[in-house]
Amino acid sequence: MEVINKAKSFTYYRRKVVNIIMLFFSFAAAIITIIPLILIFYYTISQGIAHLNVDFFTKLPTPVGEPGGGMVNAIVGTLILIGIGGAIGIPVGIMTGTYLSEFGKNKFGSLVRFLTDVLSGVPSIVVGVVAYTLVVIPMKHFSALAGGVALAILMIPTITRTTEEMIKLVPHSYREAGLALGIPKWKTTVMIVLKTAWKGIATGILLGLSRAAGETAPLLFTALGNRFWSTNIFQPIASLTVYIYEYSTAPFKDWNDQAWTAALVLIILISLLSLIFRIITRSKYKT
Amino acid sequence: MDMKIHEQSEVAAAVEEIKVHSRENKISVKDLCAYFGKTKVLKNITMDIPSKKVVAIIGPSGCGKSTFLRSINRMHEVVGGTITGSILLDGEDVMKLDPVYLRRKIGMVFQKPNPFPTMSIANNVVAGLKMNGFRNKKALKGIVEKALKQAALWDEVKDNLNDSGANISGGQQQRLCIARTIAVNPEVILMDEPASALDPISTAKVEELIFELKKDFTIIIVTHNMQQAARVSDYTAFFYMGELVEYSDTKKMFTAPDKKQTEDYITGRFG
Ligand SMILES: Nc1ncnc2c1ncn2[C@@H]1O[C@H](COP(=O)(O)OP(=O)(O)OP(=O)(O)O)[C@@H](O)[C@H]1O
Ligand SMILES: [Mg+2]
Repeated sequence: MEVINKAKSFTYYRRKVVNIIMLFFSFAAAIITIIPLILIFYYTISQGIAHLNVDFFTKLPTPVGEPGGGMVNAIVGTLILIGIGGAIGIPVGIMTGTYLSEFGKNKFGSLVRFLTDVLSGVPSIVVGVVAYTLVVIPMKHFSALAGGVALAILMIPTITRTTEEMIKLVPHSYREAGLALGIPKWKTTVMIVLKTAWKGIATGILLGLSRAAGETAPLLFTALGNRFWSTNIFQPIASLTVYIYEYSTAPFKDWNDQAWTAALVLIILISLLSLIFRIITRSKYKT
Repeated sequence: MDMKIHEQSEVAAAVEEIKVHSRENKISVKDLCAYFGKTKVLKNITMDIPSKKVVAIIGPSGCGKSTFLRSINRMHEVVGGTITGSILLDGEDVMKLDPVYLRRKIGMVFQKPNPFPTMSIANNVVAGLKMNGFRNKKALKGIVEKALKQAALWDEVKDNLNDSGANISGGQQQRLCIARTIAVNPEVILMDEPASALDPISTAKVEELIFELKKDFTIIIVTHNMQQAARVSDYTAFFYMGELVEYSDTKKMFTAPDKKQTEDYITGRFG
């Protein structure tokens, strides 16, 4: 009896100890995951806050050596670039995803799915080169449009695959209910299936847009950059990321500091974007 | 000459008889076979569904009851099934009609309540109309009320018409689905075990409702519940392994069925 009890308590304690150890490791892993994020926030805020003033949002960059100035052209430029990227990438992504989940149970569907996965793994710099060949060379100069096209190509895989997965989660019974009511298939797909999956799709769009907003490499070949005010999509355009790249590698303390501010503004912009998305996709009903 | 007149009047009488016949029979099924790929799940079903009556379909699981219903409104083809034989709605071959148009005439209520979760109760009711371009707000409001009243749900939801259609009880959801089906103003309503996911009180409500609905609609209801079939239907069809074993007046079916198989099933000796 004694022996059995001892054995029992031994396994019992061993299990408890293993449990505690594993719990500790997963907790530690969780901490390790958030440390970089905290550091990023800490550094960008502490370094960037100094130049974060009204001028930064209203003035153009000053020439080297002249202090002050802002990056209004780059803020607007980034918005225009993700605007163009979204205008192309969101509809294409949603439609491709819808096609894949509703009509893509064939060889062509599998091919598209495979290629979309490949596309999502293509380095962004390569996408930049592609957009350069497709848009910049024929137009004979750099442009916001070319940048937007590059960003669209980068967004499409994310949006496509999220849309497909989210639509697949919509129970088949809603589709049947729609069809059985005499609603045509395309309307059932758009007004019932897509609408039901909309929240998830919006998350995919947000991921796509945020990723695009943070890209630098593909813009170097396409939108290039612009030290002046420009909203013409057929001309080169400034962007926060390209400024961050230029200013942080420049040998001027002043520019380096402004690069931090630009980074901070970019983070704020992306956070705002996700906040706006949350508000517009907030469902009418508590679930 | 005399002969001819005689013949003509005979032809006229025959035509008349066909007309009466088709008026009485909302749906005529002839030699219907249904397939999933090569598997035959319905075998030469021939039966007439009389207008404004309730026909119950009973039979063990997997005998093809749902497939039969889904062949009638052509939902069977949505999952890739095929049929041979003919199904006539008011004398017209359903396979020759546009499925979208056909499904507006033949509504369907499913086993599991499936109101659209992104829509309010009111919008669920008029989903079929709204999505087909019907936008007259005042008329829609009237239809919401009428359909909900017909579905015996109005009193329970009239103050919450703008709440989500998915946040009401299962029984209420099913009646909402019935209201949604009625709102399109179909002529036939197919119900596939509409009460099997419901508690006894909700079931009773749905049964009462079916009794009311047959004044305006032709109803075909699949059920596993013998008492339910006996209570709500005028005619009962017994399916077994894809075949129609017996089809007759419900009273006769439950008191003196012709076939031994039917009797065994009804009395619970198998199935
Ligand atoms: N999507 C499908 N693909 C292939 N076979 C199917 C499919 N759906 C049903 N079947 C088969 O067809 C036959 C008839 O199915 P059906 O759903 O019509 O039966 P049922 O009488 O409604 O059964 P239950 O009472 O369980 O609902 C069954 O043998 C089933 O296995
Ligand atoms: Mg069934």
